[in-house]
Amino acid sequence: MGLKRNVGLMEGLRYQGKGPMLTYVLHRIGGLSIVLFVALHILASFFSNHTWGTTAGIFINSIYEHWLFQIFIFFCALFHAINGLRIVILDLWPKLIEYQREAIWIEWFVFLPIYGIALFVIIRGGLGG
Amino acid sequence: MMKTKPRTAPQRGFHFDYLMWLFTRLSALAMYLIVIIGIIAALLMSARQNMTVADLMRWAFMPNPNHVANTNIPDLEVWKGIFWNVMAFLMLFFAGSHGLHGLLNVLEDYISRTWVRNLLRALVFLIWLLLTAAGISLIVTS
Repeated sequence: MGLKRNVGLMEGLRYQGKGPMLTYVLHRIGGLSIVLFVALHILASFFSNHTWGTTAGIFINSIYEHWLFQIFIFFCALFHAINGLRIVILDLWPKLIEYQREAIWIEWFVFLPIYGIALFVIIRGGLGG
Repeated sequence: MMKTKPRTAPQRGFHFDYLMWLFTRLSALAMYLIVIIGIIAALLMSARQNMTVADLMRWAFMPNPNHVANTNIPDLEVWKGIFWNVMAFLMLFFAGSHGLHGLLNVLEDYISRTWVRNLLRALVFLIWLLLTAAGISLIVTS
């Protein structure tokens, strides 16, 4: 089932999808980042349980405990979760598609305060309480 | 003028891609449920006095006793046991399947050759198997 595309990368980047496109892009970046993080984290923890991989495992996990990394991964996880909930609700109740623009506004109104508070807590902890 | 090949209509009813589409949505709801259960249970198990928000989130995303080992929780006994092992396994299963199927979805958006797609499907399935095995061993030994 080969699908041929007629749009090149540069043309695709110029596409002005605005709000919905932004959530689509962030959902993909966030999802891929979480897959990468969780996979490496499971492997690193598995390694550090065995004598042959303790150093590598602890090194990788120490990156994840850094507060700068937490700022990034919490953005990915929280945005992916809230945007995913919007997608689930709109997909399982198709009548609500009529209000998809409003749904994206609600999504940002939910996301920004939660992420803002988390950002404050993480940075305060990172700079030494 | 270019001639376009007639396209075959997608198969109707239940088939693998539709089931995975549905699974992606339902597993998202299941993960929400597991996280909410984890947060409520942690608060009942004295998380408010003994843990930071970051520790609470770490526990909520994966209820493993190692995630609360560095907190001020005096007794880890209630944070272990078969119930939390089952919850951790469910989280591992839903998150792993949801995430790796999502990875495959993204990859297939940029790859059109059939044999490369089949190769990637096999590869992602293999990664899923290995990660699930490593995760189960971590849950069992912690």
